[in-house]
Amino acid sequence: MPDLSTHYLGLHLRNPIIASSSPLSYTLDGIRRLEDAGCGAVVLCSLFEEQINLESELLDHYLTYGTESFSEALSYFPDLGRYNVGPGEYLELIRRAKAAVDIPIIGSLNGVSTGGWIEYARNIQEAGADALELNIYYIPTDPAMTGAAVEEMYLNVVRDVRRTVHIPIAVKISPYFSATANMCYRLVAAGADGLVLFNRFYQPDFDLERLEVVPHLVLSTPFAMRLPLRWIAILYGRIKTDFALTSGVHTYTDVIKAIMAGANVVMMASELLAHGVRRVGEILDEMRQWMEEHEYESVAQMRGSMSQIHVAEPAAFERANYMKVLGSWRPDPTGMAPY
Amino acid sequence: MSRPLITVDGNEAAAYVAYKTNEVIAIYPITPSSPMGEWADQWAAEGQPNLWGTVPLVQEMQSEGGAAGAVHGALQTGSLCTTFTASQGLLLMIPNMYKIAGELTSTVFHIAARTLATHALSIFGDHSDVMAARATGWAMLFANSVQEVMDFALIAQAATLRSRVPFLHVFDGFRTSHEVMKIEQLTEDDMRALIDEELVRAHRARALSPDRPFIRGTAQNPDVYFQAREAANPFYRAVPDIVQATMDRFARLVGRSYHLFDYEGAPDAERVIVIMGSGAEAVAETVAYLNAHGEKVGVVKVRLFRPFSASHFLASLPPTVEAIAVLDRCKEPGAAGEPLYQDVLTALGEAHFAPQARTAAAPRVVIGGRYGLSSKEFTPAMIKAVFDELAKPQPKNHFTVGIEDDVCHSSLAYDPDFDIESPDTTRAIFWGLGADGTVGANKNSIKIIGEETPNYAQGYFVYDSKKSGARTVSHLRFGPRPIRSTYLIRKANFIAIHQWGFWERYDMLTAAEEGAIILLNAPYPPDQVWDQLPQPAQEQILAKKLKLYTIDAYEVARQTGMGVRINTIMQTCFFAVSGVLPRDEAIAQIKHAIEKTYGKRGPAVVQKNFEAVDATLARLYEVPIPDRITSTKSLLPPVPPEAPPFVQEVTARMIAGEGDLLPVSALPADGTFPSATSRWEKRNIALEVPVWDPDVCIQCGKCVLVCPHAVIRSKVVAPEALADAPAGFLVADARWKELSHMKYTLQVAVEDCTGCRLCVEVCPAKNKQIAGRKAIHMMPQAPLRQQGRIHWDYFLRLPDVPRSNGLAFHNVKNIQLLTPLFEFSGACAGCGETPYVKLVSQLFGDRAIIANATGCSSIYGGNLPTTPWSVNGEGRGPAWSNSLFEDNAEFGLGMRLALDKQWDYATALVQALRHLIGPDLADALLQADQSTEAGILAQRRRVATLKSLLQQKQAEPAAAPLRSPITDLLSLADVLVKRSVWIIGGDGWAYDIGYGGLDHVLASGRNVNVLVLDTEVYSNTGGQASKATPLGAVAKFAAGGKATPKKDLGRLMMEYGYIYVAQVAMGANDAQTVRAFLEAESYEGPALIIAYSHCIAHGIDMARGMDQQRLAVQSGYWPLYRYDPRLRAEGKNPFQLDCKAPSVSLRDYIMNEARYRMLFQSHPDVAERLLAEAQKQVLERWQAYERLAAG
Repeated sequence: MPDLSTHYLGLHLRNPIIASSSPLSYTLDGIRRLEDAGCGAVVLCSLFEEQINLESELLDHYLTYGTESFSEALSYFPDLGRYNVGPGEYLELIRRAKAAVDIPIIGSLNGVSTGGWIEYARNIQEAGADALELNIYYIPTDPAMTGAAVEEMYLNVVRDVRRTVHIPIAVKISPYFSATANMCYRLVAAGADGLVLFNRFYQPDFDLERLEVVPHLVLSTPFAMRLPLRWIAILYGRIKTDFALTSGVHTYTDVIKAIMAGANVVMMASELLAHGVRRVGEILDEMRQWMEEHEYESVAQMRGSMSQIHVAEPAAFERANYMKVLGSWRPDPTGMAPY
Repeated sequence: MSRPLITVDGNEAAAYVAYKTNEVIAIYPITPSSPMGEWADQWAAEGQPNLWGTVPLVQEMQSEGGAAGAVHGALQTGSLCTTFTASQGLLLMIPNMYKIAGELTSTVFHIAARTLATHALSIFGDHSDVMAARATGWAMLFANSVQEVMDFALIAQAATLRSRVPFLHVFDGFRTSHEVMKIEQLTEDDMRALIDEELVRAHRARALSPDRPFIRGTAQNPDVYFQAREAANPFYRAVPDIVQATMDRFARLVGRSYHLFDYEGAPDAERVIVIMGSGAEAVAETVAYLNAHGEKVGVVKVRLFRPFSASHFLASLPPTVEAIAVLDRCKEPGAAGEPLYQDVLTALGEAHFAPQARTAAAPRVVIGGRYGLSSKEFTPAMIKAVFDELAKPQPKNHFTVGIEDDVCHSSLAYDPDFDIESPDTTRAIFWGLGADGTVGANKNSIKIIGEETPNYAQGYFVYDSKKSGARTVSHLRFGPRPIRSTYLIRKANFIAIHQWGFWERYDMLTAAEEGAIILLNAPYPPDQVWDQLPQPAQEQILAKKLKLYTIDAYEVARQTGMGVRINTIMQTCFFAVSGVLPRDEAIAQIKHAIEKTYGKRGPAVVQKNFEAVDATLARLYEVPIPDRITSTKSLLPPVPPEAPPFVQEVTARMIAGEGDLLPVSALPADGTFPSATSRWEKRNIALEVPVWDPDVCIQCGKCVLVCPHAVIRSKVVAPEALADAPAGFLVADARWKELSHMKYTLQVAVEDCTGCRLCVEVCPAKNKQIAGRKAIHMMPQAPLRQQGRIHWDYFLRLPDVPRSNGLAFHNVKNIQLLTPLFEFSGACAGCGETPYVKLVSQLFGDRAIIANATGCSSIYGGNLPTTPWSVNGEGRGPAWSNSLFEDNAEFGLGMRLALDKQWDYATALVQALRHLIGPDLADALLQADQSTEAGILAQRRRVATLKSLLQQKQAEPAAAPLRSPITDLLSLADVLVKRSVWIIGGDGWAYDIGYGGLDHVLASGRNVNVLVLDTEVYSNTGGQASKATPLGAVAKFAAGGKATPKKDLGRLMMEYGYIYVAQVAMGANDAQTVRAFLEAESYEGPALIIAYSHCIAHGIDMARGMDQQRLAVQSGYWPLYRYDPRLRAEGKNPFQLDCKAPSVSLRDYIMNEARYRMLFQSHPDVAERLLAEAQKQVLERWQAYERLAAG
């Protein structure tokens, strides 16, 4: 029986599949189901500072709106005494999850202010999370803002949080940096214990009938993993840190590829949302079978075996790769369709 | 023993003791007592225990009558039970009150005394309600201040248990119920010490129990009823001594000493005022001042009015008294005198005629007077006038004070400049908007000063009569001595003006005393502020040597994410310049208050406020004051010069805040006011207003339809009519087949707009170059104001589209061209009710008679100074009246019955005078088809012909024998034109208090149209739950989320089979709404329309109200349907579903609304459970409706 266990952020995991942040981990029941399905760890849904602020401000707005204006109706709602507008509910979920399951629980945080990152990171640690994933994303729309300034902002977040908590920190970033490798290097230098590649954003769409911009989320496709696969393969061995591959992991072959590229773990959400959490068990079974058939003893053995430093043709991960792919493409793989 | 010092208002003080000392509390909302019920409900929801460690059971009832009935039942079953009410609510309790007293049952009702509706409703305070209940046999204990409210609530509770006589605990509505005061809080130990547990058990032992059965509530006959009635006398005789003994015990316990009649003043006073209620405090304060200035006056404060103890009263008078003035805060037309006056006279008279009862006091004169009706100010100047009157050899009796009675000359003249404010009291006035948070900040300031310093503190707040753009004026007093000034500040040493725009309309410096500090929120740099002030303000600043400080608070608010909330910024400025506290300490206290107020709303809100405070002081400047006037600006006139005389002479004074100065002769004696006055009050409250883009517009009329304030209107006119159009007046080719050669114009009344944006949200037409811009988009109002005024005036002068020009007004596109006869109301910005009301006015307004239930629609429909019900170019318009809350359906039915009878008589007269009128005209009049606008127009013409003919005949000698029927027919001829009776009200009326009447009226089969504006709460009183409140929604009185589903009123009424019923939601399907209104009106029988009305009490973005309506329908929560009994005669299913099966989840609809969301934030498990249940019910109900539709 191949050994599927792995290490990630200093944590021992029974296998390399982590349920990434998704609605599946919104509730304690959901987290229990993920453990029962076989996940090695769970990343909780993100604590969004912006959302907390927004909910707080909305609550304040509606409790205040129209009040103290008209003699007969000086307010419109009863005062309910307390509202879960802060991180309380999220932290409670961590506490309850830690008590309820044996697999590691990784908190996830998306902050907007320095104070928010620090305070909520501390809260998450105090609630008992085994590790913390910093879900940093920022869409730099200001033409005056330089890439260097954006990068510095990311690094400052990691430094600030590193100074605040002692639990391991992973940083989830987007691929949109001019020098991804350098950025990853500096994030690790700033204190990250692991890197999660890559974040996927909601991309807006247009409703042509209503002429409105609409938020649009599509589940990932297997093709999406090519980008993180490439970068993990490139960075493995060059940057001493743990890697988690996220985006586009749907099958056991995806998991194996990720590990071979150098990932310690993969993160899955779309496949589980689309086909149920039982897919974790199926993928693990298929993975074991493949490893047995191919005589791999352990995940550790596979890890990084196809990284750039270990493959026969390292250049395949660089620009030539692009050219090669284009060159090998055919409109119709059968070659039978008429042009 | 030290007790906590707290700052609370009278309502909270009363509710605190009532909650602690009762087990069952029946509640129902009515201003100004609603907050007492709200507190009780909230404390119960929080699980707070009473004295006996259990959480009182708080039950909302369907009316005050219901509350009294429930109280009666609970009392008879042995519980300690109470309720809170005022005004009409107390009237509804009277039948039960007779029973409760007749059965000698211990209870206290807490009353925020309020004016009764007579010639007009008034929400404000006087004693007319409690005086109407004085014959019920209840003891009546009057508290004069917030401290006394807390004290007397307990004294009354203890006394009722001992005496078995029920008590009304009375305090003045608003003046005391809403005045915030620093008081000492009674402890639970105080309450336990005063309430005798044995008496509680005795109360319980008197209860109905099958284990020791008896009957109570027999029917008695002439043989014994009388004697039995007299049998209770010993209990009443004992009450005064019991109350005094309780007061004495209270004094020993707490240290505050009270008597049945408390005398204050010179021991050798010659002139004495007898008074009860908050006015007594002002009298006591004035007495002290006058005595310090050499006079000999006094005041008797009446505490226990019923039972009236003559002996105690006589004993309270100083033996030197020569003249007494008894002041009543009510009016009893036709009586020999008002109630307190009569009791005093009786006491003195009996003493005079019964030698054994004679007292030392033998006044030579006793006069009675009225003061303070409907919270009319009662000031030291007026009080001095009463004392001055008493000094006259023949003082005026039955006088009034505080008004100018130029009709019967009852009023006493007074010197308005007489002032006794203490110089060591800080007197601060704050002018703000409801939306800017001024009042909330001031309430916090009072708490800070009251609870963190040794100072005494008082706050009283004056609100607008409008719900949108509402102005607030806060009056705050702080000082080292107890504050007894129960009147507004007339001489201020600090005035804050939080809205620069107020300078256009109000003279805000009149109240400034010499050297006062003025704090401005000005959108100008400090060196420009002086020049921007109006001339009268500059004059006063120079003359009174005022000091001026300024801050651009909106800029600070913008930079710190506070939006339009400048409350903490201006509060910081107040503390900084007033010097009430050292600056650093003040800022620390402000932040502490912010934490306390907003902490539970999340750290982001607290942080934002902190940042605003921190950013403030650096932007606060003292304005250098030059030595000369530089401004030529003056105040805008309240109404334009072309307004009619009544508006100029009366309405304008009210708008300008000078209504107090209007003499009696200026006011109609019977409550009849002219229609169409809101058009003269240009409020200019919108920061942004809609602007029309004719190139993008498709002329659908949706913006016109949804505009809650009728500020967007359209007309189609001949091109030649536009020849003199002012520059920039926009038109487009009319997009009507029938009117293709005409021009279409859409105009916005920019000065009347509230800036709600509903129009923009519903506009379906988007600009092809700039997708974010629609045919209607918002632009800043100020630059558009002048041109907008010119365009609007021109637009109004353009000819209206004739109602019978061939266009069928059956769809939204055409209806937009009908003149709204309901315009510029005081409703909230974005109101969900008024679009329906306006639609009624457009479709049927020129022949409509409207019965309007009390509530939001009666307030925005009928609250002075200006009212929105309007008239068309021919002078016709809706005839509107409000009777009460509970009787509206019956009121409307009465109108129908009258019209039907008048029709009968008029048609009989037409028949009788047929030979005179001519058979053709008579037959045409009697057989007229009035089902269309053209038919109605033809009938109007026939009636005009008839009247002209009758007037002619009336003068002919030959017709002399028929003069009586001719004259009668002349007076009735107008009813031959079909009248449309509309009964309009909210869900509180239709589902709760008026349901019995509504059911009966609809069941009567009469031709009435009922429009229920369903906001699913009592909106006007601040959002209390009704039976229309949905499952899972949070509302006041349902603080834990409503646990029962909404009543399906439509379904219930459909069961009759002959009532037209429709459920509509304009935002979901405006065509269905229009169809329902037309069908309902055309149905010659009872019709009910239940209209989804989004509301500020839903906690939604009001601009998206129509979207919420759509989601309500799409989720299946609010199915659209019409039930038309006429279809059955055609062999069809009368029930038609007008919407598709649910396509979005209930969650997607409700999570846009704070009323649901806040339960998820506070009690997520409960919220999820209720949502699941609600979703299930929605689907089940939908299936039931589908089955109905399938026949």
